Amino acid sequence: MSEPFAPPAAAQGRPRSAIRVDLKAIAEMIEPGTRVLDIGCGDGALLDYLAHEKNVDARGIEISQAGVNACVAQGLSVVQGDADTDLKDYPTGGFDYAILSQTLQATWDPKAVLGQLVRIARRAIVSFPNFGVWHVRLRLLVGGRMPVTSSLSAAWYETPNIHLCTIDDFVELCEDLGVTIETAMVLDAHGRPKGLRAPGALANLLGEQGLFVLKRGA
Amino acid sequence: MFRRNLGPLQNEPVIANPRIAAVDTTAPDFPGKRFEIPAEAPLRLDSGVELGPVTVAYQSYGTLNADRSNAVLVCHALTGDQFVAETHPVTGKPGWWETLVGPGKLLDTERYFIVCANVLGGCMGSTGPKDVNPATGKPWGLDFPVITIGDMVKAQARLIDHLGIEKLFCVIGGSMGGMQVLEWVSAYPERVFAAVPVATSYRHSAQNIAFNEVGRQAIMADPDWRDGAYQPAGVMPSRGLAVARMAAHITYLSETALHRKFGRRLQNRAQLSYGFDADFQVESYLRHQGSTFVDRFDANSYLYITRAMDYFDLQAEHGGTLAEAFTGTKTRFCVVSFTSDWLFPTSESRALVHALNAAAANVSFVEIVSDKGHDAFLLDEPEFHSVLGGFLNGAAEHRGLKFR
Repeated sequence: MSEPFAPPAAAQGRPRSAIRVDLKAIAEMIEPGTRVLDIGCGDGALLDYLAHEKNVDARGIEISQAGVNACVAQGLSVVQGDADTDLKDYPTGGFDYAILSQTLQATWDPKAVLGQLVRIARRAIVSFPNFGVWHVRLRLLVGGRMPVTSSLSAAWYETPNIHLCTIDDFVELCEDLGVTIETAMVLDAHGRPKGLRAPGALANLLGEQGLFVLKRGA
Repeated sequence: MFRRNLGPLQNEPVIANPRIAAVDTTAPDFPGKRFEIPAEAPLRLDSGVELGPVTVAYQSYGTLNADRSNAVLVCHALTGDQFVAETHPVTGKPGWWETLVGPGKLLDTERYFIVCANVLGGCMGSTGPKDVNPATGKPWGLDFPVITIGDMVKAQARLIDHLGIEKLFCVIGGSMGGMQVLEWVSAYPERVFAAVPVATSYRHSAQNIAFNEVGRQAIMADPDWRDGAYQPAGVMPSRGLAVARMAAHITYLSETALHRKFGRRLQNRAQLSYGFDADFQVESYLRHQGSTFVDRFDANSYLYITRAMDYFDLQAEHGGTLAEAFTGTKTRFCVVSFTSDWLFPTSESRALVHALNAAAANVSFVEIVSDKGHDAFLLDEPEFHSVLGGFLNGAAEHRGLKFR
């Protein structure tokens, strides 16, 4: 959440198709012409892609003012705000999709945030690093140290990721909240979808990231 | 909130020379464009009074395109006027927003048709208290009806009708200009494609009403004010108006900016005078601001326009729920605040953004880091300009505006 904000691909003259693979996987789940809120939109790469490639009414929330300013300077509709405190302002069902990409684990109250996501949008798309992936387990079991991986790159004392979970933990939280899982998939280290049945024990062991489409109610 | 130039610091006398009238804006050779709202179709003011005929003095730059989709309305602040992008006919200074408006600038007069009108109640050509009341043949003075931000916008809307513009591409303004932007969106939701309220609020705060009241009391305490009827007496409450300006001017800056500009430096002297001359540069600067202001501004206009700001409360007008002001809005918003603005602090913009979110509006919100206080919106602030440029280009793309 605190990376420097380079302009999105299109602004750098790269084609928009060059967005990160995991963002592409999210974009493919979104129907053209819909209204989307991307929470923790960072440099706005996904918003930019959705607005231009899918004719989406794309809005963003970003906690870093530098990120917000970079987005707005690209012509994107982004406000400075915090997933923990600001989602309550949005009207129920105001969006077709609410996207929370790689941000859930950094919120203070992931349960409340998930509840807000499925309230404000018909569908919530959530991705997060899977703390149950085998090498994380191994590092803790064998090394006895807090895991540091490509998707969890900060040391324990400075990580913004304060609420890490496994895919199975996440599924349980969805059940607790009475949220329906419409689609579940796992991604590899590059953000490419892995052909594993999810949720499931193997997905929880081999998936680097979980990517879920949720909707309110059972 | 007019463009201010530090200029050479002089040791201005505390009492401005009494002047009879700031400017005769009704003189046939006074520059600028005029539109008249006829007496037969008067403005119905929020107070219930019907006002007409009403003159709206305005300036325009650039060309309206064939499908009339490239019009931008710039709304000026308390003491601004319609001369947004050209040398001012009274002060000889550059237009107050020439940093933004002009050929090749962000509000590019080669792309957009840019309109800026002097507000109703103003003193640069639009009907205000210094003009002649047709019923009496004398200047209105305090008989002029109290006007609101809503009334100012109604007058602008009549001008926009007259110019044949159904839907404005953008309405933009800072401070009181930002209040007009919000009023436009709320009163004419179908007529504004994009809105840029800068350094402003959806309602005037208690602190700001208090500052305005200090200014008004300074004017009214001047014996030359004469209950507002100073024109027939051939005098003008210049001293009161200058003090009002000095007090207000402090609120447009920040402590950091004042300290950087002046610190405790002395004015044209090596040591303290042990008297009440302007020993300090900051005093001399304020006196200069006060005394030049009275050359171009009418004291009664100052009373009326500050009152209009005080009355502005978009939340109260919508049953206490600000979001109701924006229900169903399709306008694209770009809300801008500045970190050191203590007149219209970021918290006010944030409350506005929360309401816009609640209305599912398409909104961008940026807080610009600046130590220049409220005035930052008038100054060269590169980050503000880059954000505004991005927003305008994005909005133009959505509006389908094609530029050569």
